[in-house]
Amino acid sequence: MTDSLTPPRRKDPLKMTRAGHVPPTLRSRAAKAMAVRAGQGRFVLQACDSCAAAVYPPRDRCPTCWGPLSWRDQPQGAEIEAETMIRTTTDLFFRKHLPWRIGAARLDAGPMAIVHLHGDVRQGDRVCMELKLDRGGNPALFAMPEVETPNMQDDPQLRVFTADPKYRRILVTDGRGPVGQAVAQALIKAGAQTVFLGNADPLMRFPGQEQVAALEDAELVPLNLTDTRSTRELATQLGGRVDIVVNTVGLTRVGGVVFGGKLTDLQAGFDTEVTGLMRLAQAFGPAMSGRSDDGVNAASAIVDVTSVYGLTGKAGFAGAAASAAARLSLIAGLRGEMQRSGIRVMSVLTGPVDDDRHQHVPPPKTPPVQIAKAVVEALIKGQETTCAGDMAKDVMDRWQSDPLLAIREENQ
Amino acid sequence: MARQRSYDGAVVCAPVTVPYVRFSPESAHWWTGAALQELARLTGLGPQDFDGFCFASFSAVPDSVVGIVQHLGLSPRWMDHIPTGGASGVMALRRAARAVQARDAEIVACVAADTNQIDSFRKTLADFSRFSQDATYPYGFGGPNATFALITDHFMRQYSVGRECFAKICVAQRDNALSNPYALMKTPLTHEQYMNARPISDPVHLFDCVMPCAGAEAFIVTTSKLAEALGLSAARLRATIERHNAFAADPVQTRGGWARDIDDLWRAAECKPTDMDMVQVYDDYPVIVAMQMADMGFCKKSDLAEFIAANEFTIAGSLPLNTNGGQLSAGQAGAAGGFQNVTEGLRQVLHCPLGEQVPDARHALVSGFGLVNYDRGVCTSAAVLEQEVLR
Repeated sequence: MTDSLTPPRRKDPLKMTRAGHVPPTLRSRAAKAMAVRAGQGRFVLQACDSCAAAVYPPRDRCPTCWGPLSWRDQPQGAEIEAETMIRTTTDLFFRKHLPWRIGAARLDAGPMAIVHLHGDVRQGDRVCMELKLDRGGNPALFAMPEVETPNMQDDPQLRVFTADPKYRRILVTDGRGPVGQAVAQALIKAGAQTVFLGNADPLMRFPGQEQVAALEDAELVPLNLTDTRSTRELATQLGGRVDIVVNTVGLTRVGGVVFGGKLTDLQAGFDTEVTGLMRLAQAFGPAMSGRSDDGVNAASAIVDVTSVYGLTGKAGFAGAAASAAARLSLIAGLRGEMQRSGIRVMSVLTGPVDDDRHQHVPPPKTPPVQIAKAVVEALIKGQETTCAGDMAKDVMDRWQSDPLLAIREENQ
Repeated sequence: MARQRSYDGAVVCAPVTVPYVRFSPESAHWWTGAALQELARLTGLGPQDFDGFCFASFSAVPDSVVGIVQHLGLSPRWMDHIPTGGASGVMALRRAARAVQARDAEIVACVAADTNQIDSFRKTLADFSRFSQDATYPYGFGGPNATFALITDHFMRQYSVGRECFAKICVAQRDNALSNPYALMKTPLTHEQYMNARPISDPVHLFDCVMPCAGAEAFIVTTSKLAEALGLSAARLRATIERHNAFAADPVQTRGGWARDIDDLWRAAECKPTDMDMVQVYDDYPVIVAMQMADMGFCKKSDLAEFIAANEFTIAGSLPLNTNGGQLSAGQAGAAGGFQNVTEGLRQVLHCPLGEQVPDARHALVSGFGLVNYDRGVCTSAAVLEQEVLR
């Protein structure tokens, strides 16, 4: 069994913070394609289009018949044939995390693989393989116990591959809305040490205010993402002790492009969601980068909750979909930048949220608690892209299989 | 399979070792030049006289054999670049011998050289191979130690071989190294020191690991006639084998390509393991030494523990093994580590050793093992050398 994490002590301000190195980052194009699937929580290996043999490490042609290869979901079972505990290395990241255990795993899918071992896994064990992303955004095979063990998530090697909320201090940007409030409650339940809830207008009351005030580990903080000074001021106060940022800010207005759309709505939406996201990233990103390997409550992730219609556009919500598209684009850029210092950048994609702005949209809609669940899941798994609910999943599936068709369908 | 044709007419001479150093600010080109200068001293020949050149190195990048040829003023009519590290010595030998037999070249200088600058070990590792980049190094970055730890862990369990077996090999090789003035390890190693060494990547401990260093190794392949004219002692090649990516379906490596071709080797050489006066096997880790002894036909894998207990591997012992100390005690000079087994075997059969002589040595088995592209050594080679004439 794994030792339960001990709550981090208050940091000694005179001590140097451990620098946030990332494991070796050089990868082939095929390995990057594997990372894309890993980011969606899939367990994939390449299989040959001609002879169906599964292969690993990532290749460009089948070693059995030289046929072309495609990524396919694979069975997750495996057996550990050999193990070792690495006690010396020249790599700057692993040096600070020794000893490090790896094993040779015989995958049920066929190939052998060198894999990271969970602390409860031993040579000879049956294991459940997971395909995770490492701190540098690269694919990593991780052997988990086949059946759950006590405190399994607290394993120190596993924690490097996740952004588990346990004992972390988390900023949720919009405490005034139902999504932010649901996310805060779910994070506290998942073990977060503190949730800071942004309040864009401290003088105005808002629905749910009493419940938020009653939450023991939550704290309302002034934060208006349309105001650069407000965002910077909060970062100055909290930047050094925020480990995860969840951006739940949204400004959804009904309207098309020609019919019913207002330029002021579009501008306000872009200022809040797009420019706001950049303000947020610029304010909190640097301090998080500096603390990405800082022990139990190391800075670990930025999560952006966005509409799935950013992928496709959406009839009747043209402006809102446009700002979601811009957010997804910024998130992709942000991910590339933060990977260098070991901070994960994640998207939680939602369908139409079950709120006042979507009154006229027929169900199914995405209730805030479902979004909250997806945020917690993304953090625990360390996953890049997570769909909250069936609506988002449906749009994502159709977009992945035929993007132009999905765009056409969503705009008619 | 048809029996290998003989290497009649081609001989191997002039073993050269440029003394190793732990770290060197010089380049692979410098070390190659040093080896060629020593060959020139032994033969009286110059850059324009060698019409064949065979080269192995990891640290000559961005240059290949072409860059080296121009850098060092050679003008060969036959050249080759062998990128297989620990298997490269025997591969150079058999290629050069065929070139000489066919008169594509008359005298081939075979050279392996690598430098070891302060940070070169880490840098060489970081971009060694694509599979390593994608699927080995990100897993703790233990380097070869971690990969061979997995192989050793599995091997020990599979064949009931204990650390005391590896201790015997390592202690004997250190004993052999003590008479070699060029060996980097100059103090005796005791069984207790071996057993109590600090773990590096379990079950690999400190004295299971080689010390990376800078150095160069070289020899000449030429005709019997030219060797005589140059006044050089000469050895002939009785037989050779080479195999790559054998037994790819084995989950963890327990055998190398030798296991597939060993009968061909002994049949073509018209001799057997017990005819060998010594063995010079690749020794990046003692588990690979044990694996080779079994794959070469000295014993069965299941009998390895008994075989090791029953033999002495010192120069005066029942089976002299890696008589210069091997890489474990003399140092691993990159690709030159894949040549030092050839040069040491050659020295012993030509009776010009660096250290102590194996009495009356006439036959040497040399084997190479190289290139951990992903989870195992991919390249294997072996050769039987026989004394032809001492001059």
